[in-house]
Amino acid sequence: MSFQNIESHVVPMPNRNVDTDQIIPARFLKTISKEGLGDNLFCDWRYDAQGKPKPDFILNQPIAKGAQVLLAGDNFGCGSSREHAPWALTQFGFRAVISTSFADIFKANSLKNGLLPVIVPAEVHAELFEAVAKNPNAKVKIDLRDQTLTTPGGRAVSFPVDSFAKHCLLEGVDEIGYTLQRNAEIAAYEARRVGSINTLA
Amino acid sequence: MPRTIIEKLWDSHVVSQQPGAPALLYIDLHLVHEVTSPQAFQGLRERKLKVRRPDLTVATMDHSIPTTDRSLPIVDEIAARQVAQLEANCAEFGIPLYGMKSDRQGIVHVIGPELGLTQPGMTVVCGDSHTATHGAFGALAFGIGTSEIEHVLATQCLLQRPSKTFEVKVPGKLKPGVSAKDIILALIARIGIGGGTESVFEYTGAAIRALSVEERMTVCNMTIEAGARAGLVAPDDATFQYLNGRPYAPKGAAWDAAVARWKQLPTDEGALYDRNVTIDADRLEPMITFGTNPGMGMPIGAPVPEPSKLSDPAERDALAKALQYMGLEGGKPLLGRPVNVVFIGSCTNSRISDLRTAAGILKGRKVNPKVRVLVVPGSQEVKRQAIAEGLPEIFRAAGAEWREPGCSMCIAMNGDYVPTGEYSVSTSNRNFEGRQGKGARTFLASPLTAAASAITGVVTDIRTLL
Repeated sequence: MSFQNIESHVVPMPNRNVDTDQIIPARFLKTISKEGLGDNLFCDWRYDAQGKPKPDFILNQPIAKGAQVLLAGDNFGCGSSREHAPWALTQFGFRAVISTSFADIFKANSLKNGLLPVIVPAEVHAELFEAVAKNPNAKVKIDLRDQTLTTPGGRAVSFPVDSFAKHCLLEGVDEIGYTLQRNAEIAAYEARRVGSINTLA
Repeated sequence: MPRTIIEKLWDSHVVSQQPGAPALLYIDLHLVHEVTSPQAFQGLRERKLKVRRPDLTVATMDHSIPTTDRSLPIVDEIAARQVAQLEANCAEFGIPLYGMKSDRQGIVHVIGPELGLTQPGMTVVCGDSHTATHGAFGALAFGIGTSEIEHVLATQCLLQRPSKTFEVKVPGKLKPGVSAKDIILALIARIGIGGGTESVFEYTGAAIRALSVEERMTVCNMTIEAGARAGLVAPDDATFQYLNGRPYAPKGAAWDAAVARWKQLPTDEGALYDRNVTIDADRLEPMITFGTNPGMGMPIGAPVPEPSKLSDPAERDALAKALQYMGLEGGKPLLGRPVNVVFIGSCTNSRISDLRTAAGILKGRKVNPKVRVLVVPGSQEVKRQAIAEGLPEIFRAAGAEWREPGCSMCIAMNGDYVPTGEYSVSTSNRNFEGRQGKGARTFLASPLTAAASAITGVVTDIRTLL
């Protein structure tokens, strides 16, 4: 499935350094499937001890309904390697996260799940938070092919994306399928490896 | 051109480099555990693929298994199903598994090195962010997600871009009471939890050289908490001595050949790094975290920072929020603050040297009756060695609990947790909100600080007990 352009209002979450333990707490990692994580996205911020939604948390407010874009604070997704984090975000409905920076593993995991990390300069970041504060219905447009984010004010800002990840997202390329085509090169490399371990020994 | 060890490791593992595409990087060792792998095996099944190199793959159980009596069934049905799924997956795909009943079971980052599977010059991956632990041997070791686990299972390769090289220089000599854990906590406090993003660290300098291999593992382990992909220490005689004779280490002529190869790995004279930072070991003190990420750390005697003294509004808010969660007040010391739980364990600090250190403090002393103390060895091998040295008796006599190996209270998904609102001094690696249990409040520190605080029942500077 190829990545389509996004036009959506955004959910603002200015907290810096949001870690993957907040995105999806570890107790939900005992699952053996990818499904059913969206309801527990940000579980401990979202629900009280009785499991009732906390009204002051942003995902429980009207703005979260139908939103495809999360506007997050700096260094989003730090911490563990759990791919359950992007699974939970996409199952909730998000297709892009905008921030000034992302943790490396989270970024890689997101790109493999059709969740686009959009990196913007600090001043654009601040402008977006202001725009959403003024008008919760303010929409952004994200065009992956052009690598541009259009702010609610109509300003087009370019963002970086790894060229290969972009190609895979747009063309629906399967990375494992791509690598399997390089089998001859992998076999040639294996033939010249020395000093390998053997865990089966 | 002179190269860093990071570049040498990269260059020697590039299988293929297509223009514009990431490099195809060969993986020498793939470690698998029960939590992040089930969906990857399911993916293989759906694609009708086999595991390309089961002989370069090994699995164990650590995250979701109880640390109580292993002869009993797992009470948590969901955890039991996950463990059973790993058993079924390993049997179906021919992967060796050190399961619940195996005498080689343990935390994945503890057993790789102790079995001699982790060796200098290797690429090592695992679906776990603390994989950098294996960098202590001069390996390029990094955590990956489940899609990448499936990629490695299917192809033994990963598509990767090279990282920036980042030298973390630690000159000088640690003072008594200051340990490897304090080096890494000080680094993270200095550069922040995003300070190493897109980089691989090489830890260098006299204080790193003076560390044992197990202590180097503690430093490398928390590399991810500074945001870096991997962190490593160039191999030396201490590395070779540690490996010699381990079950999967090369033997005889192969050993000599391996050592000769490994001696080529260290960074060349004159090689340049993209970035660098210096942490002066002479000036380090025991460190402790006060907040809700590992970068919120300070020397143990310092007062908790005050939000009102920060000029950046976002930083001020973040600190205020963290202190609110922690139930702490800025400007007040942490020393003397009551603690409820002390956890000695995790892939950061559960090796035999950590347990010896803790036992050295607890021997002949009593744990404060208000504190629950858990000592969780990193592996069955660590447990055996501890028993041989009489350490469990020391822990029990002091009033601590001695448990079965696993991740336990570091990630709190196996029934071991810190109750809501309670304080723990923990030798683990993360103090995120809820990490050790919903509402749990974590102070990260060294095994020395943890053991000292267990005795007094309050946050304690180990140097007052030495």
